[in-house]
Amino acid sequence: MDVSSAFGAAFSLIVSLDPQFMQIVGLSLRVTLTAVLLAALIGLPLGALLAVTRFPGRSAIVVLVNGLMGLPPVVAGLIVFLLLSRSGPLGGLGWLFSPTAMVIAQTLLVLPIVIALTRGTIDDLWSEYREHLTSLGLTGWRAIPTLLWDGRFALATGLLAGFGRASAEVGAVLIVGGNIAGYTRTMTTSIALETSKGDLPLALGLGLVLIFLTLAINAAAYGASRIGARFAG
Amino acid sequence: MMTKRSLLVAGIGLVLMSSAQAQTAPAQTRFITVSSTTSTTDSGLFTHLLPAFRAKTGIEVRVVSQGTGQALDTGRRGDADVVFVHARAQELKFVEEGFGVERKPVMYNDFVLIGPRSDPAGIRGSKDIAAAFKAIQAKAAPFVSRGDKSGTHAAELNLWTVAGVEIEKAKGSWYREIGQGMGAALNTSNAMNAYVLSDRATWINFKNRGDLEIVVEGDRRLFNQYGVILVNPARHPHVKKADGQAFIDWLIGPEGQKSIADYKINGEQLFFANANQPGA
Repeated sequence: MDVSSAFGAAFSLIVSLDPQFMQIVGLSLRVTLTAVLLAALIGLPLGALLAVTRFPGRSAIVVLVNGLMGLPPVVAGLIVFLLLSRSGPLGGLGWLFSPTAMVIAQTLLVLPIVIALTRGTIDDLWSEYREHLTSLGLTGWRAIPTLLWDGRFALATGLLAGFGRASAEVGAVLIVGGNIAGYTRTMTTSIALETSKGDLPLALGLGLVLIFLTLAINAAAYGASRIGARFAG
Repeated sequence: MMTKRSLLVAGIGLVLMSSAQAQTAPAQTRFITVSSTTSTTDSGLFTHLLPAFRAKTGIEVRVVSQGTGQALDTGRRGDADVVFVHARAQELKFVEEGFGVERKPVMYNDFVLIGPRSDPAGIRGSKDIAAAFKAIQAKAAPFVSRGDKSGTHAAELNLWTVAGVEIEKAKGSWYREIGQGMGAALNTSNAMNAYVLSDRATWINFKNRGDLEIVVEGDRRLFNQYGVILVNPARHPHVKKADGQAFIDWLIGPEGQKSIADYKINGEQLFFANANQPGA
């Protein structure tokens, strides 16, 4: 019974285009996409660098990054909270309980995934094309742009995995965003709030919309990579 | 190749720009941050009050809802401008320690004891909350405690003392501390057929009731007073003193008090404005 009314709630949410609801969806996408973008800008070069260079302590860093893929969102949230709180080292910025704080926390969550998956992908490509690239004079970090471009489709999957993690988490955004109505309320924090109000159909309805959005984004990425692969031949 | 790359760059630029824009736009609005309790948010009171205040002053109120203990802590750290909670002793201590300027009473609602229809402790309809708590403990009937240092949790602990039960010693597997908000506690009680102390507002607004109903209400000891405090600008210089004070003055002034009294769900009044009652 609850499940059918949840479908009803999800349907009417989408059909009515309720401005409050659209604002929540918009904020969720904006925060998560910005976090993934930032994580990509930082993580793709770092991951590639880890793959093509050899230095003492590299294995330890690889293990550390792999381990951080499992960083609990609530811990990431707590770290950012303590940093941004008025009583913390970055309190002067006044960023706590704002979308900016949520982007920072989610970037922290996505970054290890991007670095680790990039390193894995580039590692394989590097061992395959090393001699070829070296003969072209591309050694060490100079090979990175070419390798990243060659691995772009596999790397896109890594970014999608990061997107999935960030869009699904509630622990971090709840702590650093504060779930403020109309300002820092996202899909996942709304679901938590409606659950606590006992409105389970609405909570599940929001959950269905979130699942649908994630599917749509993955389908779009898959389609884009298929088309891209055909053109790249 | 060239066009594809420039497309990509343009796309990235667009996303960056839109997110930068989105984040600077709200920063220009005038706002204060209020840390308050789950009951005021879950009951829908703020959704009713805040638009009226904003229409009058242009100040947006951003509410972070937490348990009373955590809400006061948020104020202590300087992460809120105003604290609006319900635990008189803790509020006075907050002011005494210099974290708040002054505590003003705003309104009250009352607590109700919720329990399963089967009523294993046999207390339904009683007006004596102390006797009811004693009976629950004596029969070891399942009881859900918030266990989160919230105002409701503090009230519950106080009621055990009033009932002559030393809960720290008496608690067993029947006493379940869940460490979560009011709504979560009600959901848990529904699932476990347990008794639970709730503020009336959250209960009236709560939808997933199952077999739960009010078993004890109307005892004066179930009185639940709310107070509001401006976080001390002497301690945290960034506190928005003027706008925060404007919100407090509006809440305890005639307009805010009337707005509070006007808030009803299914014809039932949830909060009783009493800013002018001495000693509240």
